[in-house]
Amino acid sequence: MWGLPMWNRIWAIVTKELRQLSRDRMSFGLIVMIPLIQLMLFGYAINTDARQLPAGVVDMEQSSYSRALILATEASQVVQFTSQYSSMVEAEAAITRGEVKAVLYLPSDLDGRLLRRRAAGENPELSEPLGQWLVDGSDTVVASSIRGLRNMPLQEVVDQAFVPSSPTLEVVQYFNPEQRTVVNIVPGLLGIILTMTMVLFTSAAIVREREQGNIEFLITTPVQPFELMLGKIVPYVLVGFVQIAIILGAGNLVFDVPVRGRLDYLAMAAMLFILASLTLGLVISTIAKSQLQAMQMTVFVLLPSILLSGFLFPFEAMPRPAQVIAEMLPATHFMRMARAIILRDADIFSLQYDALALLAITAVGLLIASSRFSKRLN
Amino acid sequence: MTGNHTGTAIEAQGLTLRFGHTLAVNALDLAIPRGSIYGFLGPNGSGKSSSIRMLTGLLKPTSGQARVLGETLPGGEEKLRLRIGYMTQKFSLYDNLSVQENLDFVARIYGVPRAQAKQRRDELISVYELSDQRKQMAGSMSGGQKQRLALAAATLHRPELLFLDEPTSAVDPENRREFWERLFDLCDGGTTILVSTHYMDEAERCHQLAILDLGVKRADGSPQALMNAMNAWVIEVAGDNLRELKAALGKEPLVLSAAQIGARLRVLIHKKQEITDPLPWLQARVGGRSLEFVRASLEDVFVSCTGVHHVGSAHVE
Repeated sequence: MWGLPMWNRIWAIVTKELRQLSRDRMSFGLIVMIPLIQLMLFGYAINTDARQLPAGVVDMEQSSYSRALILATEASQVVQFTSQYSSMVEAEAAITRGEVKAVLYLPSDLDGRLLRRRAAGENPELSEPLGQWLVDGSDTVVASSIRGLRNMPLQEVVDQAFVPSSPTLEVVQYFNPEQRTVVNIVPGLLGIILTMTMVLFTSAAIVREREQGNIEFLITTPVQPFELMLGKIVPYVLVGFVQIAIILGAGNLVFDVPVRGRLDYLAMAAMLFILASLTLGLVISTIAKSQLQAMQMTVFVLLPSILLSGFLFPFEAMPRPAQVIAEMLPATHFMRMARAIILRDADIFSLQYDALALLAITAVGLLIASSRFSKRLN
Repeated sequence: MTGNHTGTAIEAQGLTLRFGHTLAVNALDLAIPRGSIYGFLGPNGSGKSSSIRMLTGLLKPTSGQARVLGETLPGGEEKLRLRIGYMTQKFSLYDNLSVQENLDFVARIYGVPRAQAKQRRDELISVYELSDQRKQMAGSMSGGQKQRLALAAATLHRPELLFLDEPTSAVDPENRREFWERLFDLCDGGTTILVSTHYMDEAERCHQLAILDLGVKRADGSPQALMNAMNAWVIEVAGDNLRELKAALGKEPLVLSAAQIGARLRVLIHKKQEITDPLPWLQARVGGRSLEFVRASLEDVFVSCTGVHHVGSAHVE
C-alpha cells in the first residue's frame, strides 16, 4: 500500500479538492474575506479600555470649582457628560433606565471640602472625598474604568498648590506600552479565525462527499481512509497559511501591530495548530451525518475557543475547571504561542509545552478519526 | 484466475444482512457464471442494493459469505478493488468537475499510468459519446449523459466484474436501449455484469436473473426458463365491467393477480390440485365474458413470486 501509488492517490485527491475549491467562488471568497472583515471588525471594535462612556452629573454646588472639576473629568476622555440631573433620585432613575453608565455627584459643600483638603495637605486621614461616582457596576469593564477616575489629580481644578500625589509603585509596561487592545487582539484572532475555517472546512469537506454520495464510489476504489483524510487536509493547510498571512499583513498595515518574533517559529507554531484543528474537523466529519450537523459541532468548538482560550479574557483569571477545558482546545495553545512569538519575540523552544499539547491533540484526533472512518457503509 | 471466461464469478452461501430488527437480505445463495449478465429483479426495498453492497465489500454481511472472483468476503475486499467496477444507484462522481476531469481523477485513483490513462480516457469519451460534453461540468448534464459518464468511470480500469445498481432509473427508454447495447458490448469483451433493476424489459435481457422480494430470493434462472416453469396459468378475460370483475376475482384465494391491460383483464391462477382445468373454473366466475390462454411474461413470473400472493420459491436450471 505504501509507496508511489499511495502518494499518487493522495495527490489526486489534493488536486481534485483544490480544483473544486477554486470553482466554489463563495468558499474561495470567504477564505480571504472572513479574516479581512473580522480583523477590521474586531480590530476596531474590541476595546477593553472603555472610553467616552455616557455619564450624568448632579451638581449641587454650581460654583466655578464644580464646573472646573466637571470639565477636568471630561477631559480624561473616560466619560462624556450627556445629562444634568437635579437630584440623586433622578440620577439613579437615569442609571436604571440605561441612559447613562455613571453619575458624578458633587455635594453642595464642594468648595468647603476643597478648602479643607488643601489645609490638610497630604495627610490622608483628614482628607475627605470631594464627591461621589454612582456607577452601573453590571459591566465590570465600565466599572473599573470609572474606578480609575477615583484618584484624579486636582491641580487643573484648583491651582498649582497641590503636590500631585506620587504612586507607591511604578508600573513599566512591556510589549504594549501604549496599552492598545488591538495589539493583543490581532495575534489572538489568528487562533479564532483559523479554528473556524479549519475545523469547518475539513468537517464539511468529508461530510459533503458522504451527503452527495461520492463516498460510496470512492470506497470501492483502492483509496485508503488515511489517504482520503490526508488528501482532504493538505489543501486546507495551504488555506490556513494564506489566512495567517492576510491577518498578520493587514494587522501590521492597518493597526500597526508588530511582528517581533521570527517568522519561521511562527510558521512552525501555525503548522502544529492547523494540523490539530484539521484533525478536530476530521473527528467531527466522522460523527456528523450532514453538513448542518458539522456546522453545529464546529460552533460547539468555536465558542469555547473564543471565550476560554484567553482570546478575550486572561486565561489565568479563569477558575481551574475552565482552564482544564481550555487546555483541550487547540486555540488556547496557539494563542499563547502566537502572542509569545509575535509580541514578545519568544523562542519556539521555550514554548514546548504548548507545542507538545498541540501534537498530542493531533495524535489523539487522528486516532479517533481513523478508527471511526472505515471503508464500510454499515 | 484473470482472463478466465469459464467458471463462476460470484458464489454466495447464506448471505444475510440485518439492520436492527429488519432483515434486508435473508440467506441469499448465488452462483453467477463468468462472462454473463446477471440480473437482480425486485421492487424497492427487496434487498437488491444491499446484496450488491455486500458483494462489493461496502457492507459487511451479518452472516454467510461469498466468493467474488476467487476472493472470500468478508475479508478479501481490498484485493478486489482493482478487479471490480461499481456504478452506484445515485450519481457519485463530482458535479463540479468536468467529464474529462472526473475521468482523469478516477484514472489516478486506480493508478493507471499517465500515458495510458489519457488514451483510455479519450477512448471512453468517444465510446460513450461524451465528446461534446468533454469540458462540461458533470452536474449540468442530462440523466443519460451522467449515466454514460458513470459507466465510463466504472469501467475505466477494465474490471473483470461490473456491479450496476439500478443504472437506468434516471434515463428515458431510448437511452435505456442504448445502455443495454453497451452492456452487451462489455459482456462480449469478457466482463461479468451484475445489474439490479425493477424494469421487466431490462430483466428479460439478462442471461440469468434472480427475483428478490423482502430480502428473499424467490426465483432464479434464465428469463425463458422462469416463464416456462411458472407455477400459475395466465388467462386473459375480455368483456365489460372489468373493474368490478377485477374486484370480485381479487377475493378468490387461488387468483394471484388480476390486472387490467387495455380492454382485457390478465388473470393469474395458482396451479393447484383443486383446479384440474382452469378455463371452466374461471368461466364460472366471469359470466359470459370470453377467455383466452396466453403465454406467461416475466412480469407474470414477477407478480407470482413477489408481494403477499407469492407462491413460493422457484429455482430453474
